[in-house]
This record gives sequence, C-alpha cells and structure tokens, in this order.
Amino acid sequence: MRANCWMGKADVKVQEVPDPKILNDRDAIVRITSTAICGSDLHLYNGFIPTMRKGDILGHEFMGEVVEVGPAVSNLKVGDRVVVPFPIACGGCSACERELYSLCENSNPNAGIAEKLLGHAPAGLFGYSHMLGGYPGGQAEYARVPFADVGPIVVEDDLPDEQVLFLSDIFPTGYMGAELCDIRPGDVVAVWGAGPVGLFAMASARLLGAERVIAVDRFPYRLRRAAEHTGAEPINYEETDVAEALQWITAGRGPDACIDAVGLEAHQSNRVLHAYDRTKQVARLETDRPHALREAILSCRNGGTVSVIGAYGGFVDKFPMGSVMNRSLTIRTGQCHVQRYLRPLLERIRNREIDPSFVISHQLPLDDAPRGYELFRDKEDDCTKIVLKP
Amino acid sequence: MQARTAVTIRHPVEVVYGYWRDFGNLPSFMDHLVSVEVTGNGRSRWTANAPAGRTVEWDAEVVEDKPNERIAWRSLEGSQVPNSGAVWFTPAPGDRGTEVRVELTYDPPAGALGKVVAKLFGEEPQQQVTDDLRRLKQVLETGQVVLSEASPEGTRFLRLVAQRRAQANR
Repeated sequence: MRANCWMGKADVKVQEVPDPKILNDRDAIVRITSTAICGSDLHLYNGFIPTMRKGDILGHEFMGEVVEVGPAVSNLKVGDRVVVPFPIACGGCSACERELYSLCENSNPNAGIAEKLLGHAPAGLFGYSHMLGGYPGGQAEYARVPFADVGPIVVEDDLPDEQVLFLSDIFPTGYMGAELCDIRPGDVVAVWGAGPVGLFAMASARLLGAERVIAVDRFPYRLRRAAEHTGAEPINYEETDVAEALQWITAGRGPDACIDAVGLEAHQSNRVLHAYDRTKQVARLETDRPHALREAILSCRNGGTVSVIGAYGGFVDKFPMGSVMNRSLTIRTGQCHVQRYLRPLLERIRNREIDPSFVISHQLPLDDAPRGYELFRDKEDDCTKIVLKP
Repeated sequence: MQARTAVTIRHPVEVVYGYWRDFGNLPSFMDHLVSVEVTGNGRSRWTANAPAGRTVEWDAEVVEDKPNERIAWRSLEGSQVPNSGAVWFTPAPGDRGTEVRVELTYDPPAGALGKVVAKLFGEEPQQQVTDDLRRLKQVLETGQVVLSEASPEGTRFLRLVAQRRAQANR
C-alpha cells in the first residue's frame, strides 16, 4: 500500500510499504477513506519530537471501512464505517476505567523509553514516534487498529467523511480544552492559537456557555475564520498588545479561562524573548517554546483556569510559576481522552449544533501529502486544515 | 545480581496469585522462558532461550507458598544457572486490584557460562524483570502481550534500542 512516511526533518515521502497485518487478537484493519494533517504532525516534520525513525508512517486522524477483524473483536464487522480515535487504549486498566484513555497503562510497548523522559509512560498513539509506541499512522491506504473493541466508533453513512473525520482528534481536543475551563455563565474565555484545534476550542466554549470568546493569533485569515465561524473576537498580537487588549475587554479582570492551543512551537513577536527561546532550543537547553503559555498564564484573572491543549514534548524555560502560585491559578491539561467524547460529540454533529467541516481549507490526494505539509507549515493559501484522500 | 520491580494489576489477589502459581503460565510474560514443566513435589524444570538458538535448562523448587500472599522459588544445587526469586501479592488500596512485587537474584558463574547467563537474563536484569511485569499486566488486563510494528515482540528492553520502523513488518 502507499503511505506517507517520515524521512527526516522537513522530509516526508509517500512510498510503497507492506500492508498492515493483524498482530493482536483485538486488532482490526481499516481501509482509510479520509485522513488529515495535524498541527502536531508539524512538530514531527520540524524535528521537535525525538525517537522518530526514517520510514515511520505518519498520521493519527483517520477514518474508513473495516476490512478485517481479529478473532477477539465482536463489536465490529467487515464493512462497518468507523472513525478511529488517535490514542490507543485497552479498556481494561485503571486509567481506561476512569476514562483517561490517553493514559492507558498497557498500550505502549515502548513504555521504557517514555518513562525516561516523562517519568511514567502515557498511552501509545498512532503515528507519533517510538516513544509513544512505534505504531504506524493513518496517512495511508490501510491501518491496523489495536483494541478495535474499545476505540473506533461506527458512523452511519448519512454524514459525509468531512463532518465526522475530526472526531478522531481535533474536535474532542478543542472540546476538552473548553471543558477543562469549567465555564460558568458570564465567563470570558481567551484562546491562543486560531488553528483547527483553537477553532474547535472556541466553538466548544460557545457550546458550553461562554459569554465572550477571544481569539489570539497573528494571521488575519485565521482570525477572520475564527470570527466568522465561532463569533470569537480577534486579537492580532502583532498589531495589538494582548495583555492590554484583554484588560480592556474584561474591564480589568482578565479572562476567566485561557486556553493554550498553540503548544511547543509558539512564535513570539517580542524579538528578544523569541530569540532567547530559539537559542536555548538550538543549544538543547530548552526543548519547547512556551510563549503562548506564558502569556496565557500572565493574562488569566486571579483564581482562573489555564487549559493547555497545545502539544508539548519536553521542558520549558522561564515558566511563570510565581504568577501561578501567588494568584491561585489552576492549570489543567492532557492529551485528549478522545474515546470519552466520541458519542456525545457525534450526537452534537447529528443535532446540527456544529458542522466540523468548517475548518477544512484544502483537500489533496494522499500522494500530494508532502506538498500538503509545506502548505500547512508555511500557512500558504490561507491554509487551515488539509484533508487527504488515499 | 539482584533485580526488583513492582506493578499494580486490576484484578483480585486470587486471580493474580493463581496465574503466577501455575508456573506453566510464566513463559506467557517472562520473555526469556520457553517453558516451565511442573515435575512434582514442588519441583519444576525450567527451559530458557540461550544464544545461538540453543536452550538452557535448570530444575527449581518452591521454597515458600503462601496462597494469595507470597511465592518463593530457587534453582536446585548444581544448576547451570543459579537463581532464585520471590513474588509478593498484596491487595492494592481502594479498588485498584493487586500490587505485585518481585525480587530476583542471579549468581552468574565464572567463565563462558557466565556469559550465557548475562545474555540469558539480559545485560540489564532490572529492565528484564520490569518488562516481565509489564507483560504480566498486559496479559491479565488485555488478554495478550501488546505488540506494535516497531516492537513486534512486545515490550522488551533490547528492542527499545533497536526499534523496527513504524510500518508493517514484511
């Protein structure tokens, strides 16, 4: 089959690779009908995530048709149309039992690697480095889906791929980001990053009753999309001082909740700070750039919540711990526990409370994935979200 | 050489103890073992993988068996590969299941056999026993050792440093 493979920094290639096989009794094989490129794939592309090997298949947002099931899978049959969540979860450990699926204690055979960097190992993920399991991803024609009796959700044919594909990752991720804010009536929620995850966080904040939603970004086309589809009030941080703008909007209180939907490759318009973080990254003294996170923390009102759904991999420098501690901030975070959100969010899509396809800006054949990564990285052509068709 | 590790498994003590006590189950999670055959009188014959496709065997006896609490065993006098081990089972707090703690001791002999032992039990016996318990947890909580394409044998220390590509293996 053809699959998009990581070949090195800024180098992906669609090549012919072996078809996936059933390895465990609870596996299924899915023929992929739609898949996407994620912002966190860019961290792999840009060389920020360790433990990648040349030839690793990328992609963790995919859906399609079940073509084979292992002997212990009884909930799915060949022909079922499924969306597959990006964390791999066994359903039988303490973490899964508490619905913390991205913390599954069994799904990462390379837990020994992850423990060295992170302390304990989180769940295995599709297509996201050897530290997180070494599982091939879904930017391909087929994928092996472990624990097919736990993860995939069956979706009837009435909803097109474009409306349900994002249940695999970015819609639940944005939703969880908003849910972690514990939104009360009257709350003002500020979201850093108007990419697809940020857009879903804004839309979800609305669904969850936020009074006002603010979008912080530097690309006018992204801010326009945010305003148009989620009613967010845009702040372009290259034109406006964010802290001042937020003070004005909230009459001095600060946002009640701040969502970091940017993560480790944050850009900082203050040249000095950006240069500082970039230098430390290059010298390997700091692995992640926490600009958005710092700003979110400092802007948040006293006693408020900072919800972190942007991806981080390692260590950050100059973390405003004093601000957090002295002002009773709550930081809530995590890789999305997607399995928990599949059914409730599918319900919202069916009820027409939201049409997730609004984030799509491009559709490309799988073979054009390398071009897609460039478009997405460089934000060319008003690129927001690219769907790939194998 | 000593190695010890612990894991929490989401099953009652009786289930976890019972699975370990049937020594024939040990190869399902102890990667280096081919088979354990119970020969009677608390004795058993253990067969393990050795380098160059060979196997090595030794006889062992149970020195302590407290149901649902502790099992201890040791290899018999004159074994090629002197070793002993003990495992404790304790109910975990709340409804978390069972805490399993293992201690293993190896006395690698000198010379060529010592090299066999080192290869047998891994250069890192600590990591070996940690992997064994991870696999036990997977077998009991999910039904099987969990495999990925990069780690097609499941969790195994030497494989961590020699990963296959994240593609289906030919």
